[in-house]
Amino acid sequence: MIPSAFDYAAPASLDEAIALLRAHDGDAKILSGGQSLIPMVKLRLAAPALLVDINRIPGLAYVEERGGALHIGALARESDLEMSTVVRARYPILFDTARVIADPLVRNSATICGNVAHGDPGNDHPATMIALDASFVARGPKGTRTIRARDFFLGLFTTALAQDEILTEIVIAQPKARSGGAYFKLERKVGDFATAAVAVQITLDASNGCAQAGIGLTNVGPVPIHASAAGDFLLNKPLDDGTIAQAAQLAADAAEPTEDRRGNAAYKRDIVRVLAGRALRLAARRAQGLDLPSTEGRA
Amino acid sequence: MSTHTITVTVNGEAHTQEVEARLLLVHLIRENLRLTGTHIGCDTTHCGACTVLLDNVPVKSCTLFAVQADGRSVRTVEGLEGAELSAVQQGFKAEHGLQCGYCTPGMMMTATALLERNPAPTEGEIRAAISGNLCRCTGYVNIVKSIQHAAEQMRAAKGASPGVASGARETVATT
Repeated sequence: MIPSAFDYAAPASLDEAIALLRAHDGDAKILSGGQSLIPMVKLRLAAPALLVDINRIPGLAYVEERGGALHIGALARESDLEMSTVVRARYPILFDTARVIADPLVRNSATICGNVAHGDPGNDHPATMIALDASFVARGPKGTRTIRARDFFLGLFTTALAQDEILTEIVIAQPKARSGGAYFKLERKVGDFATAAVAVQITLDASNGCAQAGIGLTNVGPVPIHASAAGDFLLNKPLDDGTIAQAAQLAADAAEPTEDRRGNAAYKRDIVRVLAGRALRLAARRAQGLDLPSTEGRA
Repeated sequence: MSTHTITVTVNGEAHTQEVEARLLLVHLIRENLRLTGTHIGCDTTHCGACTVLLDNVPVKSCTLFAVQADGRSVRTVEGLEGAELSAVQQGFKAEHGLQCGYCTPGMMMTATALLERNPAPTEGEIRAAISGNLCRCTGYVNIVKSIQHAAEQMRAAKGASPGVASGARETVATT
């Protein structure tokens, strides 16, 4: 399939890229990993006049911990998350999420920031970033600003980014001691979007009560959903079977699924309940240092 | 509509071409350079028949513009064979790793990248690595055996004459 004709620029700096976005006033798109954008232009679901390829801008391909936070640059690839030992040890939810996105070939190109900035409720990182309470750094003509993941997703393919802004970095505060997370996705086959998926990040207190809980839902609404009632319900409670079952039901209640080829609304809602229970159990074990991702499947 | 003069090194040979920005890498390879071993299957980023190595990393060449490969190195199935078939090609031959052969070039490129990075993959690692390459004939059993066969051959060659096998191509060692 041949896309509509477009102009292409590969600027050498972020400022140059932003100037191009500004000059084209909404008719330019950023090309990073291209694994969503290129299929869309091939199918002619999108026909931007200009693609601004940021892959030649140096210094944006990093996943690193500094200053008490994990920083993920605009050109960090999904495969970088899979390979990172820091991610496996301290941010297992990010490892879980990366490894169920598309397939390994796509993940060699696809970027984490692109997965988020695309604004597709079927993408996997948004729910995870909501669970982690991550922040997104947006750079535009007037400088940089920080947007919370929980405030970022405004509608179908619509985010808080302005048309002349670039998402340059994701920042995730280093989890406190006794924290753990997990991402559970049901997909019909490798590479499919989620029928539903649930992201959970929790922190336990000294007596194994829940001190903090973030829960995000994938592909069960027009935007990724922050299941805040379920998270709030868990606070100061021990994560026993009854509490987990009630929180999982609250997460299911927060879903707004619609029927499609992947299932009807009631089915998807129940999948959210089941996956939320599993994610909470695994997050709790990981908060106690158990069941962290192994190195199997690194290839 | 912009056109660009690009230079892409394919299987060690530099090619300079004037291309439209919208030309996909797979079309540059198949139509401009007439290297038709790289296949187009689904054309929607699912099947992996178009897999090539871009700077030694496997990617789907239907989901990358040729202009993005400017100044970079591409390896296709035509580049696998030296004086004799590569270990991966021999593995697919010995273990009957193909029926219709449509997915085979992509499978072999993914397998080549895997074994260059991880010379002793587990079956699970092999299956994970090829999960973006669809085969509709074999059920994958013989493909996995082919890659295992290639891994054994490569390790044996390395053991027999240290340094020779790894010197023959740009092997990236990981442990």
